[in-house]
Amino acid sequence: MDRRTVLKGLAGAGGLALTGLSAPAVAQGASARTLRFVPQANLANFDPIWGTQYVVRNASAMVWDMLYGIDSSFTPQRQMVESEEVSADGKTWTFKLRPGLKFHDGEPVRSKDVVASLARWTVRDPMGLMIKALQQELTAVDDRTFKWVLKAPYPKLLYALGKNNSPCAFIMPERIAQTDPFKQITEYVGSGPMKFVKGEWVPGAKAVFEKFADYAPRQEKSSWLAGGKQILVDRIEWVVMPDAATAAAALQNGEIDWWENPIADLVPVLKKNKNISVDIGDPLGNIGAFRMNFLYPPFNDVKARRAVLMAMSQEDYMRAIVGDDTALWKPLPGFFTPGTPLYSEMGGDILKGKRDFDAAKKLLAESGYSGQPVTCLVAQDQPITKAQGDVTADLLKKLGMNVDFVATDWGTVGARRALKTPPGQGGWHMFHTWHAGADCVNPGPYNAIRANGDKAWFGWPTSADTEKEVAAWFEAKNLDEEKTTIARLNKAALDDVVFAPTGFFLGYTAWRKNVSGITKGPLPFFWGVSKSA
Amino acid sequence: MLSYILRRIVATLPVMAIVALFVFSLLYIAPGDPAVVIAGDQASPEDVERIRQSLGLNRPFLVQFGGWVWRILHGDLGTSIFTNLPVSAMIGQRLGPTLSLMFVTLLLTIVVAVPLGVVAAWKAGSLIDRVIMGFAVFGFSLPVFVVGYMLAYVFALELEWLPVQGYTPLSSGFWPWLENLILPSIALGCVYIALVARITRAAMLEVLQQDYIRTAKAKGLGQGGILFIHALKNAAVPIVTVIGIGIALLIGGAVVTESVFAIPGLGRLTIDAILRRDYPVIQGIVLLFSFVYVLVNLMIDVVYTLVDPRIRY
Repeated sequence: MDRRTVLKGLAGAGGLALTGLSAPAVAQGASARTLRFVPQANLANFDPIWGTQYVVRNASAMVWDMLYGIDSSFTPQRQMVESEEVSADGKTWTFKLRPGLKFHDGEPVRSKDVVASLARWTVRDPMGLMIKALQQELTAVDDRTFKWVLKAPYPKLLYALGKNNSPCAFIMPERIAQTDPFKQITEYVGSGPMKFVKGEWVPGAKAVFEKFADYAPRQEKSSWLAGGKQILVDRIEWVVMPDAATAAAALQNGEIDWWENPIADLVPVLKKNKNISVDIGDPLGNIGAFRMNFLYPPFNDVKARRAVLMAMSQEDYMRAIVGDDTALWKPLPGFFTPGTPLYSEMGGDILKGKRDFDAAKKLLAESGYSGQPVTCLVAQDQPITKAQGDVTADLLKKLGMNVDFVATDWGTVGARRALKTPPGQGGWHMFHTWHAGADCVNPGPYNAIRANGDKAWFGWPTSADTEKEVAAWFEAKNLDEEKTTIARLNKAALDDVVFAPTGFFLGYTAWRKNVSGITKGPLPFFWGVSKSA
Repeated sequence: MLSYILRRIVATLPVMAIVALFVFSLLYIAPGDPAVVIAGDQASPEDVERIRQSLGLNRPFLVQFGGWVWRILHGDLGTSIFTNLPVSAMIGQRLGPTLSLMFVTLLLTIVVAVPLGVVAAWKAGSLIDRVIMGFAVFGFSLPVFVVGYMLAYVFALELEWLPVQGYTPLSSGFWPWLENLILPSIALGCVYIALVARITRAAMLEVLQQDYIRTAKAKGLGQGGILFIHALKNAAVPIVTVIGIGIALLIGGAVVTESVFAIPGLGRLTIDAILRRDYPVIQGIVLLFSFVYVLVNLMIDVVYTLVDPRIRY
């Protein structure tokens, strides 16, 4: 019997016992104006440009506002900006800020703050870097007007400014934004609807946010990062709980109000409790993946990569990650997030239907593979990578490959995957990861799909056809053009096996029924969320 | 005695220096790179290198070690790579919960385990002895997290007497402080109670065979007086030793207990720091723990002289 089995049994028993009980116990007296939230991870730092972890982005979205924000249709909507003008040649953008915007220290938000914030953001963000490469000048015209002059048009500019992918283009006071982008800020003066209470921050345990009374929300209905960010509670406490069973028990007991990502094992228990609501949290979900190293045999040969793709069963991977709840996963014969406008299955036949091991073995033999060890890095401290790694090891063995299974932790995988040395000298052949579906809706924030060799993500794939279509997407003028381009991109990336998608999976979120206004989205949105006693 | 204590304190300095060098070297050669973790998945190798440079991680080993030692000598444990907060402040934030947990657990252990061991020795071979020793085996065998979950289920979820998780500082009131510590202390204390009870029993059994105990009985002394005044005092040296050693067990056990009960203590800070390769925090905590061990050993030696006047340094 392992620890997880014990806790599942106990949490299950607790859930059954509590079904039908109405009174939460210990925290009964807690104010309805305080929302207690268990985030997906520890808020270990609080600089959304320096630290690009999702948990930092999620907290920062409360504290710092953005010029634009994407809505649930992936359209950038004005947020801090009142209006914008673009010149006929598409190279000069002039923006005007909304009146009445204030920082948490009471100072007005001025153009110079925006200019400094964007200058810092463009150094760290992949789309920002592209804009910076095209930038001729970025200047404040007056307190509410600023101008961005480019050497060539960049049609995705507003999307880049409003995207929800980390790092987001958050607006900070000039003195803070002038911090080196590779060093952390030390002041947390925000422009958003909640203030960060630095004095109560215990990294690894707790972070507190208080409503900013002088925030001027837009009047439109909120939709993801766009619209009126109306805060309906006075205080939000993030309580870090490393143990899932503890979080489940605390939610059942009323000690917390909202748990961002309950593990699939415990969801049946939570569903049985009449005081708790459970639903899919992020409809954009996640895409599982493993990457093969293009620099060394056998995976420097596309035949070996395609052999693996031909034999792999996405169902095996998905069941290993989320269990038997079929509502939580689907096969993914492509690279882009299902249910989003650019989703495509073109070229995905290799991942569909019955798995053909004989053909895969033949293709592998044609690649020249002759039994050399295949170094497979598997982080054991991340349930998703561990589950995928176990399936991959089995798959490779069935293919007749000699697997050098390196069971390690995520910190080590993070460092080792960056090494370009041969696998026998500290390098690697394969590692496992996953991507937030929100990062895979288009090639803008999707570094993992890039195939520009040395400049590409780990594994350093090279695929001229893929890169050609990525470039075409950035130039696309409308959605139809984008769709056509992405379909071709999907096929090219599958043909060359830029990486191996292991499937699409979702996760739940759970909250007590006295909390209302929780919306589905790529991050937990706190605007519009209220709590009754 | 005073000169002995001073000599022992001075002797801790080379021990701490060796620990410091060992920890620093170990982290230096350990796989993993905090710059990679900070840079995130989207970072280019150039970004990672810039972060490494800004953190000083690309400097030679001796330069890094020298700088660290120099700061330590000036009372500066450094700054966390991830939170950008001083390590001393982070340890300070976490010290209260861990000390509280250890204090309550230690108190519970002494109050429960010593009398249990004494009674077991007194009634050696009887049903009472077997029940107590059976409990001791049970306490040894059950992992802390299993006991923790069982306690949380019964007393928090079922009976709703105590909270599932969290920590309230003593400054917020005695009961709010204590109610968060009862379940974790019992969970953590189980193995410790078992250990101390067994050692107490063994030590007491030996002492109870001595002539002076027979003499005391012949003189008509009451059972309580014999057990707790004459026998226990003479059996105290091994008991004190095992209580001291047990503090090391408590620190190890606190890591799991703090996770199960979501107590923001040093155990969780240690795990988080190791997983993220937050070197200054790991170094600071290990240094603190080694200092505590040395201090506890010194205290045990001092307590020996109090319980056994024959011991002189």
